[in-house]
Amino acid sequence: MKWDEFFVTGEPMIYAAMVSIVLVSIAIPVGLTYFKKWGYLWRHWLTTVDHKKIGVMYIIAALLMLFRGGVDALLMRAQTAIPDNGLLDGQHYNEIFTTHGIIMILFMAMPFIIGLMNVVIPLQIGARDVAFPRLNAVSFWLFFFGAMLLNISFVIGGSPDAGWTAYFPLASVEFSPTVGNNYYSLALQIAGIGTLMTGINFLVTILKMRAPGMKLMKMPMFTWSILITSIIIVFAFPVLTVALALMMLDRQFGTQFFAMQNGGMDMLWANLFWVWGHPEVYIVILPAFGIYSEIIATFAKKNLYGYKSMVYSMVAISLLSFLVWVHHFYTMGHGVMVNSVFSITTMAIAIPTGVKIFNWLFTLRKGKISFTTPMLYSLAFIPIFTIGGVTGVMLAMASADYQYHNTMFLVAHFHYVLIPGTVFAVIAGFHYWFPKLFGFKLNERLGKWSFWFIAISFNVTFFPLFILGLNGMTRRMYTYSESTGYGPLNMLSMVGALGLTIGFILLVYNIYWSTRYQPREVTGDPWDARSLEWSTPSPVPEYNFAKVPVIDTLDAFWYSKKEGKPLTDEDDYEPIHMPNNNGQPFIMGVFFFFFGFFMVFSWWIPAIIAGLFILGTMAYRSFEKDHGHYISVGEIERTENALRGEKE
Amino acid sequence: MKIDHSLPLEYSTEENRLKILGFWIFLGAEIVLFSTLFAVYFTLQHNVGNGPAGSHIFELTPVMIETIVLLSSSFTIGLGVHAMRLGNKKAMMTFFGITLLLGLVFLGVEITEFVTYIHEGATMQTSAFLSALFTLLGTHGMHVTFGLLWGSAILMQVKKRGLTPETANKSFIFSLYWHFLDVVWIFIFSFVYLKGMM
Amino acid sequence: MKKKWLLISSFLVMILSGCDNPLLIFDTKGPQAKTISDTIIFSIIVMAVVLFVVYVLFTFMLVKYRASKTDDEYEPPYEEGSKWLEITWITIPVIIVVILSVVTVRSTIDVESTPKAYAHEKPLIVYASSSNWKWHFSYPEEGIETVNYVNIPEDRPIEFKLYSYGPITSLWIPQLAGQKYAMSDMVTTIHLVADTPGSYMGKNSNFSGKDFAHMEFEAQVLTAKDYDEWVQDVKDTAPTLTEEEFTHLLEPGVLGRKTYSSTHLQFSPAPEGEHAGHHHGDDMDMHGEQ
Repeated sequence: MKWDEFFVTGEPMIYAAMVSIVLVSIAIPVGLTYFKKWGYLWRHWLTTVDHKKIGVMYIIAALLMLFRGGVDALLMRAQTAIPDNGLLDGQHYNEIFTTHGIIMILFMAMPFIIGLMNVVIPLQIGARDVAFPRLNAVSFWLFFFGAMLLNISFVIGGSPDAGWTAYFPLASVEFSPTVGNNYYSLALQIAGIGTLMTGINFLVTILKMRAPGMKLMKMPMFTWSILITSIIIVFAFPVLTVALALMMLDRQFGTQFFAMQNGGMDMLWANLFWVWGHPEVYIVILPAFGIYSEIIATFAKKNLYGYKSMVYSMVAISLLSFLVWVHHFYTMGHGVMVNSVFSITTMAIAIPTGVKIFNWLFTLRKGKISFTTPMLYSLAFIPIFTIGGVTGVMLAMASADYQYHNTMFLVAHFHYVLIPGTVFAVIAGFHYWFPKLFGFKLNERLGKWSFWFIAISFNVTFFPLFILGLNGMTRRMYTYSESTGYGPLNMLSMVGALGLTIGFILLVYNIYWSTRYQPREVTGDPWDARSLEWSTPSPVPEYNFAKVPVIDTLDAFWYSKKEGKPLTDEDDYEPIHMPNNNGQPFIMGVFFFFFGFFMVFSWWIPAIIAGLFILGTMAYRSFEKDHGHYISVGEIERTENALRGEKE
Repeated sequence: MKIDHSLPLEYSTEENRLKILGFWIFLGAEIVLFSTLFAVYFTLQHNVGNGPAGSHIFELTPVMIETIVLLSSSFTIGLGVHAMRLGNKKAMMTFFGITLLLGLVFLGVEITEFVTYIHEGATMQTSAFLSALFTLLGTHGMHVTFGLLWGSAILMQVKKRGLTPETANKSFIFSLYWHFLDVVWIFIFSFVYLKGMM
Repeated sequence: MKKKWLLISSFLVMILSGCDNPLLIFDTKGPQAKTISDTIIFSIIVMAVVLFVVYVLFTFMLVKYRASKTDDEYEPPYEEGSKWLEITWITIPVIIVVILSVVTVRSTIDVESTPKAYAHEKPLIVYASSSNWKWHFSYPEEGIETVNYVNIPEDRPIEFKLYSYGPITSLWIPQLAGQKYAMSDMVTTIHLVADTPGSYMGKNSNFSGKDFAHMEFEAQVLTAKDYDEWVQDVKDTAPTLTEEEFTHLLEPGVLGRKTYSSTHLQFSPAPEGEHAGHHHGDDMDMHGEQ
């Protein structure tokens, strides 16, 4: 292989990316050395098994990926803003919308949610960590290095270019000869294994580690949503594992699964992909429902309306999510029968979702609504997401879908679901739980500015796409002629995209500003909230709860505040057993990265060596003796007194 | 760490109980993984292209040996866990050792079987049917291979550290894994080989 | 009642279409597209009602129960949920879904077969196959073939038989009928009738690689007489399509229009019947199953 096949060449944007990657990779070690932070970074972050820190790392990575995916989106909007634009060529545009999809779903939405659940779940159920803290670190590093692997494809070897759905035969070696789709199969595989482990971890955590007295039907709604999400992950992700493995075999080992000859079946890929892909949508949306339930109840100062039906509706959604995948390809030519069945199952999802919408609305009734930043996002979610929902029902109708399929109408629909659904939720959750982690609130004024920019610009960006779709504009077109008349609405959409950019920049600026100037928050409960995480001091000490709370009802913390009765008994502290930090997960992630990278280029011998190193780290884990450590009573007392102020 | 002596050693600590539940859930995910591979196989089993069909290449003898060997290994690991519960370290290690040896025999026969297919011109690249067959069998075989490495590591630990809550927990979880591979094999045997030979 | 319904729907179409220049999928030129357009408009109206209910409730809650309007002492009550409300907002959506399901199934049956008014006529069969990045239209009855344009007679049922020499594509003529995939190992069918002569935009709507955006063609609807003249003209003047020429056409690239007086179906048959892609020498038909 020649060097110019190895590095992507010939595009000014790519050179700029290379230069910035080189600069950043120089700047990080130089900066770390200058500020003498190597040890800090290693001891406190890279080796950590603390769920809160892992959660923070997930969220930082997700924010970085949000900007990478956002730049992709801006480029796409810029390219299509005017007819016959020459900003990007076809190939480059194809790579950009492909990576936009992959990154936003798998490396932004998922890790942001997993980050929030890492931070919140153990606190919300009164646990000191997740069930398997080491595995949790492994999950994170697999996700992180999977994401890095996909990102370097931009400058080394070329990005995947067959869409985030990577349909065969388009994604086969014949039609996509660069290594781009090898990156797809390997990077997603590595990150996907991490996600599967997260699913198992949180399932066990929620089933087994709840505070005494917290029966299943007394769990906060966010915990419920994560419990159900974890079950979906466990059942859906192995399908992706298989699909990606078959893709790799087809592309790199010459097998015939999805080939056009020798008995291969191209639509088998589409089926496998969507059997995972549709539940995946609910993996990112159910936690969002959980976040909104927490925030709406908190800022309406009222318990969640229809708690039980909220739980049942999520269970119903999760079951239905496995029964609708065919609606992604009604146009494949199944009979009327198949299409009708899947139309009905798909529309049926609207029923439990509607139940949730009405329950949120009735939580607001007789409430005392305060419009904080997280609440604004949660409230905006209802009307905007409902548009996404009703257009979803429209798309579910098989005959009508013959006209919507592959058009901008579809693109508008899923952005109307995923942005007010997932993105607003993670931003709302970010603002909401931020003080818990760092001990100060984000600035409300800046937060509201950024909210209005994002909420309004979102509609300006995506509403025109509905109309463009009905006017016959298909998705993934890198250019169109002026005579189509698509120009003005696309330009409007570009304007909206710029507004979104400003909104997100304000959001990041808010983090910077608040870190410097926001007053410290001392109560641990800045929002006057309802669930257990707010009973801990902010920032939360390593062990979360000095004494494990005992609860007897939903919103136990709320009632303990109102009735003035403590959540724990009066006994003295006991030493707390905590897991040790360890570098093995990080190092294993590094080896996985190299393994993936060598595999992408079919460099078998280096890949085998990297694979052996991975096995080595596993063997190390198996043989090591690590019984964790105890935090002494004295230390707990010191920490608690410092965080809560002197005990009387 | 609190050890509850009323429970078997492998269940005796909270951490152990969490690990066993976690592993059951992992096996749930493994079931989905193999179900997907089976679904792929059933979808493609008649798509033989220009290559041979299953009935042309499957031979009963090696498959019977593989089945008997793997089934016996499931039995011996059961005996091993029983010995572990009785606290008999030596018997436990012997039975686990026999299990691993049987696993090795299984793997040897399976590799010979693969080599035979390839010599007959039935490679993974020949047709969609063969791609699916090799992938399904290969995934199972890789699991067995990994099991051999993992089981050996556990045996070494039991030898060095004795039967502690930790090693007992690992051994028990390993036995679950091994039984699971056996169950998968029964499905492969019935629905791939027997059905394919009919 | 029916009149009122028509009025509402035409009003809606007008809003959606900016009056003089209707949106493409509502500007129908054949019964199939009309069926879908009606289905879509019906669903938009139903969904607009749903949206209206949610928006009214939403606005009401936000205006009435904001903290700035309640006095400081007010303590929101504990509310478990209400059985009757729950039943209401489950039952009404169930009814809506049932209605929409009926509409979906009926309209899907309609668009998946020859329109009833034309059922007695013998359909014209056109094989439409895609290759990177062009469309080949073969008329087996007439023995002619075109590239990147298709002429069809008005008021006669047409069956497009779709397949692909490469990535999955989707043939779509929005004003005449909904789209369907063209795949390499099986043949799918679009049934349509065009009732107005004219030139309509046709395209591949399913992403298929580098020059996907240029994979458009013209679908021209001619009167029966014009169509027959055109066919005769092609037979008289166009060259035959040789295997060599066809192989050349299949090479990736963007092409202009081409016309031939024979089809590629003789030497490169469509993947149907014994030529179907994924099984050789096996008479089990797998297509129905996927």
